[in-house]
Amino acid sequence: MKTKINKKNPGFFLSAGILVFFILAAIFAGYIAPHDPEKANLELRLKEPCREFPLGTDHMGRCILSRIIFGARISLSVGLLVVSSALALGLAVGSLSGYYGGWADEAVMRIVDAFLAFPSLLLALGIAGLFGAGFTNLVIALIVVDWAGYARLARSSVISVKEQDYIKASKGLGVGDMHVIVHHVIPNIISPLIVMATIGMGYVILSAAGLSFLGFGVQPPTPEWGSMLNEGKTYIRSAPYIMVFPGIAIMLVVLAFNYLGDELRDLIDPRTRKDIE
Amino acid sequence: MIEFIARRLLLLVPVLLLVSVISFSIIYISPGDTAENAIMNPGGGVDRKAVEEFRAKTGLDEPVHIQYINWMGRVLRGDLGESYMTGVGVSEAIFRCFKVTLKLAVVSMLVSLVIALPLGIISAVKKGTVIDDVCRLFALAGVSMPNFWQAYLLIIVFALTLKVLPSSGYGDGGITYLFLPAVTLGTGYAAVTMRLMRSSMIEVLQQDYVRAARAKGVPEHMVIFRHALKNSLIPVVTVAGLNFGYLLNGSVIVETIFSWPGIGNLIVSSILSKDYPMIQGCVLFIAVIFVLVNFAVDISYAYLNPRIRYENKN
Repeated sequence: MKTKINKKNPGFFLSAGILVFFILAAIFAGYIAPHDPEKANLELRLKEPCREFPLGTDHMGRCILSRIIFGARISLSVGLLVVSSALALGLAVGSLSGYYGGWADEAVMRIVDAFLAFPSLLLALGIAGLFGAGFTNLVIALIVVDWAGYARLARSSVISVKEQDYIKASKGLGVGDMHVIVHHVIPNIISPLIVMATIGMGYVILSAAGLSFLGFGVQPPTPEWGSMLNEGKTYIRSAPYIMVFPGIAIMLVVLAFNYLGDELRDLIDPRTRKDIE
Repeated sequence: MIEFIARRLLLLVPVLLLVSVISFSIIYISPGDTAENAIMNPGGGVDRKAVEEFRAKTGLDEPVHIQYINWMGRVLRGDLGESYMTGVGVSEAIFRCFKVTLKLAVVSMLVSLVIALPLGIISAVKKGTVIDDVCRLFALAGVSMPNFWQAYLLIIVFALTLKVLPSSGYGDGGITYLFLPAVTLGTGYAAVTMRLMRSSMIEVLQQDYVRAARAKGVPEHMVIFRHALKNSLIPVVTVAGLNFGYLLNGSVIVETIFSWPGIGNLIVSSILSKDYPMIQGCVLFIAVIFVLVNFAVDISYAYLNPRIRYENKN
């Protein structure tokens, strides 16, 4: 059983490093980006990587490196907004439903099942597409498809802890339900949800980029990794490097979240032993 | 087991009902008037009279709940309405496209098994070594790689540089056209399957009969391929074969990139053109398929692992 993070595990430090790197890039984008990410200059269009533009320029002559740096802001904030809202919503719905049980629980769980019945990207696509493209609608669409998973996990965890003696003891002492849920139930079920949220960050960032790539998410000229790939695909013959770097950025961030999520799961939940998983 | 299946079937009824409500009402989240959106001119102008006629013809003048009941009544008879754009029956269009998607899905699945099974076996047998780490890193990269990016990398290499495969289209539906989309869709899926294969193989390798075979002096490759492989494959193939949601999700993007005329492509184009009956039909159809597939997965899991049957009783 693992009780702490393996210090010799380079993967852990590598993925944490990647995330810190991108988070810093997102925060300090204005200081470190060499150029204005939205400033077009047609004279400089489709320049290959060079000293002035380390990753080249796109079809409007905009610096790709600067756009990737600013794009980190969009991707990370979509991820954070969606995952934290979906987690909060799912936790509230799932823990209340599981704690009180009864017919209301049954009804809520059927609603959760219905949301989980759609392939997530498809439902998000429908919502974002019909709602109209844009940052806010993208975030809403992804929350709508994301919350149900957290609700189901929260509920099943609550059910497994609510019969424990310490919960019964609190209730016996006359502690109110809300107090029991917030102070005794939630702290005991939060770990698997955190793991789910970490892996969920990667998944949401990937989905958001995918929707933006299809034209249903963040719109140009805002620098977003998925929509950069969408804009670049027209120039795939003349300037294939346009397609390379935004993809690498997405992959690194998603990979880091996935890896950290796996590590956290091993750390928190000794049942999922690494050798089996 | 029969009781388990019956209980699961019963639970499907409310879920399918809610799924139909969501599929039906999804079009009402579009800002503005549904009928106006549907026949708006490209320039944005709206012909009042045409809108009224259209509304009466399509039943959009009825209250929403009546519309839903009418729609549901037709759906249960297998009629999903007609496309606003082409006038083609929605059910026909869906079945035609779904066949094309299925073809892509099956080939992608084969691609994923070809990649995942050997890697999963190697990873399990060499557990804890560098080879295992590399295989698992590959799997992690596979899930993390955006398929819309990978698709273009493949196009750059195989279609534009080597010029050996077409970059998109359905063509004659043959393997040359299938290859790139299937590889794109298959590699992501392979990553998921490989993890399954690895954990299943590791579990089997710890069983007593494997230890007995080794003790008897059976050569290691015989132990792995003759004794362990067969048993470790059962859950992998069942689950991988049935885990269709992943492929349906991926097909939306991959089909759009490769102009593959499947259901993913159909749904993207109908959202773009606000072809409401088509959107409702596609969303409902895919969700129902997804629900039924998940049902089958649940049943097969329960069949393979009796503990689930009992746990679910509580």
